[in-house]
Amino acid sequence: MTERAETKVAAGASGRPVLEVDGLAVDIRTPAGTVRAVREVSFSVRSGETLALLGESGCGKSMTAQAIAGLLDPVAHVAGGEVRLDGTDILSLPPARRRKLAGPGLSIVFQDALTALNPVQTVGAQLAEPFRIHEKLSRRAARERAVELMERVGIPEPRSRVGAYPHQFSGGMRQRLLIALAVALHPKVLLADEPTTALDVTVQAQIMELLRELRTEQQTALILITHDLAVVAEQADHVAVMYAGSVVETGRVADVFARPRHPYTRGLLDSVPAEVARGAALRSIPGTPPELHAVPSGCAFRTRCATAGDVCAERRPLLVESGPGRLSACHHWRELADD
Amino acid sequence: MTEAAMPALAAGETDVALLDVSGVTKTFHVPRGASGRNRLRALDGVDLRLGHGETLGLVGESGCGKSTLARVLLMLERPDQGSVRFEGVDPFALRGKELLRWRRRVQMVFQDPFASLNARLCAEDIVGEPWRTHRDLVPVKERGRRVAELLDMVGLRASDARRYPQELSGGQRQRLGIARALALEPDVIVCDEPVSALDLSVQAQVLNLLTDLQERLGVSYVFISHDLSVVRHVADRVSVMYLGKVVETGPTRQVFDHPRHPYTAALMSAAPVLDVTGGARRERILLKGEVPSPLDPPSGCRFRTRCWRAQDVCAEVVPPLESSGDEPLHGAACHFPLQEVRGA
Repeated sequence: MTERAETKVAAGASGRPVLEVDGLAVDIRTPAGTVRAVREVSFSVRSGETLALLGESGCGKSMTAQAIAGLLDPVAHVAGGEVRLDGTDILSLPPARRRKLAGPGLSIVFQDALTALNPVQTVGAQLAEPFRIHEKLSRRAARERAVELMERVGIPEPRSRVGAYPHQFSGGMRQRLLIALAVALHPKVLLADEPTTALDVTVQAQIMELLRELRTEQQTALILITHDLAVVAEQADHVAVMYAGSVVETGRVADVFARPRHPYTRGLLDSVPAEVARGAALRSIPGTPPELHAVPSGCAFRTRCATAGDVCAERRPLLVESGPGRLSACHHWRELADD
Repeated sequence: MTEAAMPALAAGETDVALLDVSGVTKTFHVPRGASGRNRLRALDGVDLRLGHGETLGLVGESGCGKSTLARVLLMLERPDQGSVRFEGVDPFALRGKELLRWRRRVQMVFQDPFASLNARLCAEDIVGEPWRTHRDLVPVKERGRRVAELLDMVGLRASDARRYPQELSGGQRQRLGIARALALEPDVIVCDEPVSALDLSVQAQVLNLLTDLQERLGVSYVFISHDLSVVRHVADRVSVMYLGKVVETGPTRQVFDHPRHPYTAALMSAAPVLDVTGGARRERILLKGEVPSPLDPPSGCRFRTRCWRAQDVCAEVVPPLESSGDEPLHGAACHFPLQEVRGA
């Protein structure tokens, strides 16, 4: 089946994926009615690998991550699909069992470290919590582990700062603390939702380096949610490009970026100012992404697409194999592949 | 002195620059915090020149002083020392009507198109509002037509004129912010992170618009951004700031391809690049630590605490911004500047 993206994307790598997302759908209740924010999203990721979920604001990438982590806002709910961790569908687990997976199974790093940390609890107490709860360590032993963890993520003088509060740390250090919290129990899957977006460039590079080290060290499967194509190019093995709630293209990053086989991916790549000569116009994508309640019929991208034809308004394109280990959801991917 | 070393870093061909800032220092008094210090030197001897129809990129990380510099250019902050000259005139010496005339000529486009537009005014009122202060610029009966012209110029439809900001998308709002800045027919527009709140596909549209407007109107831009690829695309020249000082300045391509200050080199190498050819990852200079507090900057060269080339002299003597022999327009403030092409 075409929608079973994971089996094909994975071709070439060995071993079974640790996380498989299969046909995930998320609905949101709005005053104007229920809208589908994530539709038929499928992908998989293996231990020690990085998969990037790439897309612009509102494309559903964060909502996909929240659904996987079980952290959806109360107005949103999973409307279908499976999320299998080591073969077990975690969406159907009872809450108590699912909570046990938070930390050793699956863990998340948020974008905004100041709101993600508890402002009235010392960082030591927050970092000790996973060890207290999951490993039933004593207060003293857990605190010792917290200090080790702070040291591991590069916080200077951890022993003297373990009693400090989040606001006493800089933005980069707070992001390190958040990462420490997320990797404390060596999760099998780590979701990182725009982990460096709020940070300065030189600090951003430090944080990405840390994530990369930890991924290799702990053999974690990393799912990196980002809007930044350059971050994807540098950090990820595979990429899933999302638009209006759907995955429109997946494959190895090098293949997808060198030869995009969906007009949206190509448009994004053309919008990057990097090497375009100064003054030369960027080939931007006309228009803006659709609102969730007004997604066009057929292909959601067709209203902004130069290659769209009649069939695009009538039939929603499914993900089909468009090359070795890659999938594209475009009726006209072959025309893109030609030039 | 050091400031005298750089007059050669002039903008274009014209002798009198549109905007000439020299040796500007600005200190803020802040509540005493943990460090016990209350003097924050946001700008320390900053020089800047901007020519007609030119784009100057200002890059640097948070706290480097780029936004304070923008506020000085807009006459929202008075510098403690140094001079600001606008076509040779000191705008801070002007009063009354003359001051009003000068203010019109430097306008601003803000980062956040959601926070910088009045939610209670519709698009045409937002664009026309500056004329309530600058009454003589556009005759009242011309205003309706002029608003329509401006909206069209920034790519908004006539039907958008009666819409409110919250009814517009992020990209449309930023277009509206640009139209408002253009309403006063400025010579300089200070763009403070004008596209960083926008999605990539929309960002490209707005960048194209800014480039296009410059060609049509000859307006100059001071373009502040943390996104180096954007700056590289739009700027003719670029100044790199670190803790209140300009550490490197020069033609954009020179600075990007052959950085001379170690901080510039580190900043360039830290930015992720999109290499679709799948080439090998570049050598990345990972700086240690973070930017020190501007309340307590290091002595001598402010970058020395994070610099891998620092020696004793760096703690003692503040390095002047100097150009090298073969590239007179390209200056760096470093005792041990990087030589030519490092690790291609």
